[in-house]
Amino acid sequence: MSQTAKKPVIEFENFQFQYFSQADPTLHDINLKIYEGEKVLIVGPSGSGKSTIGNCLNGLIPFSYKGEIQGSLKISGRETREMNIFELSKKVGTVLQDADGQFIGLTVGEDIAFALENDCVPLSEMKETVQKVSDIADMGKLLKSSPFELSGGQKQRVSFAGVMVDDVELLLFDEPLANLDPATGKTAIDLIDRVWKESKKTVVIIEHRLEDVLYREVDRIIVVSEGRIVADMTPDELMAADILPKLGIREPLYVTAMKYADIQLTPQMRAGRLDTLDIAQVKDALQKWNREQAEMPGEEARRIILEAEHLSFQYTKKRKILQDINFKIQEGEMVSIVGTNGAGKSTLAKVICGFVTEDEGKLLYYGEDLKGQTIKERSQKIGFVMQNPNQMICKPMIYDEVALGLRIRQVPEEEIESRVDKALKICGLAPFKKWPVSALSFGQKKRVTIASMLVMDPQVLILDEPTAGQDYHHYTEIMEFLKSLNDQGVTIILITHDMHLMLEYTPHAIVISEGKKIGDASAVEILTNEDITKRANLKITSLYELAMKTEIPDPTTFVQNFINYERRTHRS
Amino acid sequence: MKAKLFDYIDRDNFIYNLSGLTKLVCFICMTFSVMFSYDIRYILFVMALSVVFFRMSEIKFKQIKLMTIYVAIFLLMNFILTYIFSPQYGIEIYGTNHELFRISTRYTVTLEQLLYQVTKITKYASVVPMGMIFLLTTNPSEFAASLNRVGCNYKGAYALSLTLRYFPDMIRDYQDIALAQQSRGLDMSRKEKLGTRVKNVMNICVPLIFSTLDKIELISNAMDLRGFGKHKKRTWYAAKPVRKGDWAAMAFGALILAGSLFVTFFVNGSRFYNPF
Repeated sequence: MSQTAKKPVIEFENFQFQYFSQADPTLHDINLKIYEGEKVLIVGPSGSGKSTIGNCLNGLIPFSYKGEIQGSLKISGRETREMNIFELSKKVGTVLQDADGQFIGLTVGEDIAFALENDCVPLSEMKETVQKVSDIADMGKLLKSSPFELSGGQKQRVSFAGVMVDDVELLLFDEPLANLDPATGKTAIDLIDRVWKESKKTVVIIEHRLEDVLYREVDRIIVVSEGRIVADMTPDELMAADILPKLGIREPLYVTAMKYADIQLTPQMRAGRLDTLDIAQVKDALQKWNREQAEMPGEEARRIILEAEHLSFQYTKKRKILQDINFKIQEGEMVSIVGTNGAGKSTLAKVICGFVTEDEGKLLYYGEDLKGQTIKERSQKIGFVMQNPNQMICKPMIYDEVALGLRIRQVPEEEIESRVDKALKICGLAPFKKWPVSALSFGQKKRVTIASMLVMDPQVLILDEPTAGQDYHHYTEIMEFLKSLNDQGVTIILITHDMHLMLEYTPHAIVISEGKKIGDASAVEILTNEDITKRANLKITSLYELAMKTEIPDPTTFVQNFINYERRTHRS
Repeated sequence: MKAKLFDYIDRDNFIYNLSGLTKLVCFICMTFSVMFSYDIRYILFVMALSVVFFRMSEIKFKQIKLMTIYVAIFLLMNFILTYIFSPQYGIEIYGTNHELFRISTRYTVTLEQLLYQVTKITKYASVVPMGMIFLLTTNPSEFAASLNRVGCNYKGAYALSLTLRYFPDMIRDYQDIALAQQSRGLDMSRKEKLGTRVKNVMNICVPLIFSTLDKIELISNAMDLRGFGKHKKRTWYAAKPVRKGDWAAMAFGALILAGSLFVTFFVNGSRFYNPF
């Protein structure tokens, strides 16, 4: 594509930005041109400044977040500092990360119409535009639905339609995949791609889940690190360059697999997308690597810590949330419970913790029936950690927060101190014992919530979406921590729809769909099973597809080999 | 999961199809007419009308059962307290004294006092069904639109609509947080002493406030990005156009108000009607 003939939509020139609340600039020396009709992906770890770039584009900087700007940023040839946020919103349409939080209207139709309402568009014209735009986003039949009736993916489509009502030049997506399950994420990327091709608009996507975005064509990838642009190249070039792993951004798994097989990637191999990868050049090396992998010895059976027998639960007679669930979890296992939103996986956790009572069936803890035990009693055996630490922490000081459960149980203060110290030490929070909670990062707060559960000495920990919204670095930090807890003997159950997490950390996965258990096997077997992945809104892992392309006879074993290799070489 | 503050159910009948503006205007007119007048004949007339409208709106009693019980309790309390604190007020305002029987020097039962208190109850009893009709037959988002159209600032009106939008979210957050805190041993059940329970509720409120504050920042950004507050006016997607039926209904509301004023100034010559 010749870029010289095209007119630039975005021009950063020696751009620098510093929040008033911070000592150092967040963005340094940004020089970047994005041309009309391009589709550009901006990647970078958390805190790299990639969201700040997005906020400069849509005008939230300096309109909502104040700071000092140096250099120049032009959008369609006009300096943004001379425009206000309303003028900018006519040129740049932004879809924010949290589709639920930005759903303003009481119904789909109202939410899509929001920008039109603010422009005083007459009612009849407004209804027409809303219908047209919502049809593009496949939401035309749901105009009267309220946000509570929609799935995460549908809410995102609504936000998308909401910015499409203005004929914007640039569509900006801030982490569009953050809260979506893998299959819905794929549809979202498809929709963005379709609109990009049909409307010829410029598209900028800010995201750290690289592999999922690269499922469809992208013109360029901009890599941001510590407030600077460190790479600006095509996906094929980026995969060949050794930039991402050093910055703590996860490469697509199939790329990692090729690197494990000692393949020297070049731009000519076109590894930007699995679809375009020139398989002939890498086939032999991959097959050879696969043959060399030795089988790992199987694990021996341990005692069953938690067992469900014919568990059923329903809120009302009509809709059964859980139906005849059976599973066995062994002592010291790390298990993931996966499934779509509303499949019943959170309800299962609630039943286990005793928040709600099962209608039929039994739950056994070391063979002992849990029936009749209160939430309080169960919490000494099974701890539950919510997704958002802000929803759990209720004391201003870390020590008090962790001690809370023990104080309620009237444990003597000397014993509390030693138990809190121990929990803080396990969680790597010992130096922060006397700190206020507010001084901690998100990941550290997460640890505080885990510590406040550990202090009660549970044998099982259930965590709801422990890594949601975390970049690769923080994801690894949290997961490695959980792994170390697991190594100390705590059985860990994770509710998740993150496929990487399943593959890399949980040897055992239980899949729930529409209230029934549809899969109970190793994560590798689940993620290479087409039927189960489809029913549970997961995706077949790209490793499996790579193995298929390479004509490896047993693709499932290839995936298992990859995981084993990674554990051996990177986590010991 | 359907969770709405007012249990708004879409139906197709005359009252439902009126625009929110019309219903608000009629509600204000009729409320004002019964609040202004103390003529029990006119109030009973309006009360009969509001019962008729209630029937027309096809609202099920089940929807308003709880609210009716609260209102009934409130009215009863009001009746008793009014008598306890001002047993002679009827005589004062009507200027006559027809004593029925005497409990003590201060507490006598007079026809005037009875009339005054019964009038007061019928006032409330005629306004409340009207309020329920308005709330239950108006789509919550149209409600904001109609407030704006009778002159309320649109930012204020929208704040109301946002409250309706996020209230169920907050309830759900509260429930989630409550469960998580219970698993740490906070007892919310009746087994615990009241003082401790109140303290435990406080422990839930802290995380609730913080997670709500996070949300507010996000919403206000999303609204800025889509041009909220750009102009002095805005249009409303949820607004219903004002049709013939609406004009007729508003005229009827105005007529009721005019009737009340007429009775007050030309028939009775004061706000009070004294049959004795």
